[in-house]
Amino acid sequence: MSTVSKSAKPASRETGSGMERFNAIRPGTNAAYSTLFILLALLCIIPVIFVIIISFSSEDSIGKVGYSFIPIEWSLNAYKYVWHLRNAQGIPTVIMAFLTSVGLTVAGTCLGLILISTMGYVLSRRNFKLRGLYTMLIFIPMIFHGGLLSTYVVNVQLLGLKNTYWALIFPLCCSSFYVIIMRTFFQTSVPDEIIESGKVDGANQLRIFVQLVLPISLPALATIALFLTFAYWNDWYQASLYIESKMQNMFPLQYLLVNIEKNIQYLANNDMAMSASSDALPTETMRMAIVVIAVVPIMFSYPFFQKYFITGLTIGAVKG
Amino acid sequence: MRKKTDLPTGVKTRKKKKFTLDDVQLFFLSLPTVIWYLVFCYLPMFGLVIAFKNYRVAPGKGFLYSLFYNSKWSGLDNFRFLFANNKATTLNMFRNTVGYNIIFIILGVVLPVTLAIMINHLHSQKLAKVTQTAMFLPHFLSWVVVGYFVFAFLSTDNGLVNRTLQKLGIDTVKWYQKDAIGYWPFFLIFLHVWKTIGYSMVVYLSSIKGIDASLYEAAMIDGATKWQQTKYITLPMLKTIMIIMFIMAVGKIFNSDFGLFYRTTRNSSSLTSVFLTLDVYVYNSMFNNPRPVYGYISAAGFLQSVLGCLTMIIANAIVRRVDNESALF
Repeated sequence: MSTVSKSAKPASRETGSGMERFNAIRPGTNAAYSTLFILLALLCIIPVIFVIIISFSSEDSIGKVGYSFIPIEWSLNAYKYVWHLRNAQGIPTVIMAFLTSVGLTVAGTCLGLILISTMGYVLSRRNFKLRGLYTMLIFIPMIFHGGLLSTYVVNVQLLGLKNTYWALIFPLCCSSFYVIIMRTFFQTSVPDEIIESGKVDGANQLRIFVQLVLPISLPALATIALFLTFAYWNDWYQASLYIESKMQNMFPLQYLLVNIEKNIQYLANNDMAMSASSDALPTETMRMAIVVIAVVPIMFSYPFFQKYFITGLTIGAVKG
Repeated sequence: MRKKTDLPTGVKTRKKKKFTLDDVQLFFLSLPTVIWYLVFCYLPMFGLVIAFKNYRVAPGKGFLYSLFYNSKWSGLDNFRFLFANNKATTLNMFRNTVGYNIIFIILGVVLPVTLAIMINHLHSQKLAKVTQTAMFLPHFLSWVVVGYFVFAFLSTDNGLVNRTLQKLGIDTVKWYQKDAIGYWPFFLIFLHVWKTIGYSMVVYLSSIKGIDASLYEAAMIDGATKWQQTKYITLPMLKTIMIIMFIMAVGKIFNSDFGLFYRTTRNSSSLTSVFLTLDVYVYNSMFNNPRPVYGYISAAGFLQSVLGCLTMIIANAIVRRVDNESALF
């Protein structure tokens, strides 16, 4: 509660002309609001902490007191066994999935940035002949879509993407929402003079785009990159559609989580499962350990990137 | 009216003659994205024809062959199936999809706006920032992960809730079984709010921050209370963004957040009637059904796409009539 009492000094408000101190809410109201928000914040964080605690509990403790904030015995066994889950090549399954997730995220984000930024730039050029047509091209998918079945049938039967990494990359790499954010940014933040000066110097559009426009558009690029990064990192849905369960080596981390829900034994490849007698596997805590491995990178990175998200959201909310 | 339409077309044809070097370069620059759109957005739209076909896969042949040579036109048979033979399920899934969405839309406007206004009033900017960041966390987590969180609380044997009930000497509940079915609508609504509120609060908060502070000063000098300031300044200033968020949500009224309904309930068959939305139906009939009938599934998908598109257009038209400035398109 120390934050609350300290904050009762209205002078701590940085913004405004000084008038605001007279317009602030009463200290009592402030205390009530503060308490409410502290509770809401806890509500959002506690599940993560809970899962972390479970992953460090011993299987014994879970048998006795269940999933608990105060386990009777701590243990690193879950992580040890997760490390010992190996695939046929002897690589830890979790490391494999982690690397797959990282690879997909990097590749998808790069490809997405190229597709989105070029389209955003082209749409921002006011005298481009096909601008009207392109606007429709971008707009229609925002209100109408083919649905899961026809998308699936096209991707699998026409494009042959089943059990390929492309199936996990292509469907997520571009979206009209991102294109519009990018276009709006180029329209409002890149002065026409820069592009004109490039043309006067005889540069073609590709050069203008790469050498003049992109370097001054880093904030918008960062925003889009982050949207894409989190979308790829958290994706399990595409994998559940396009990767068959026998293709274990292709699982991204999130899809590994889906599968171990059904059966963790199934992921333990023969020899390794033998050496650790199968009853001894701390399955309950192992699941939670993998959840922690998937969540921790996000948890520690998003506070730093939050502001780019907010920029993106506010640009995106400007209607096109 | 005539004049209005004639002039631009006249200009257009004059312009069309010249396709400048610039246009050609821009065309090639955007070509990859255009191809992406054609392949991944427009091709599936044509795939919707399956809804009017008795679709059968021809083994060893391509999709187009299967669709056009191997499958007969079936008219509205697939839709007839949905509304005659399969009526109970169909009604159930439409009721769930639309019902949950209506609740989500109402809560999705009321709660974040209220919280955004409240958090903006906090004296300590630091506290506001920290709590806001914490509340943003669920947005960055996948439903798979959230599903595990829920399981940690609701697991029948080891879950925190049941263990606590046990300690208190109250009968435990099998949360993923039939007897807990009455709780699940509330769980689902809670989880949706929990996951989205941080995000929408930020959207509204950034709009509130953009409001000119002198408006509030003037109101204060005139003796307006906090409530009056909120009612006559903040809410009207938020109107446009609220309407935009509203139209977007209404346009998605036939869509559902698949992960929410499918992962957090662990697709438990005894709870199906609570979480069966259109998306869950389509997914389950494609992947958890040994003999999927593509025609029926596609008919459900077709309805979803077309009805969603219509609601979006209608919502936008209504907004346009009420307040032209706020319309989305």
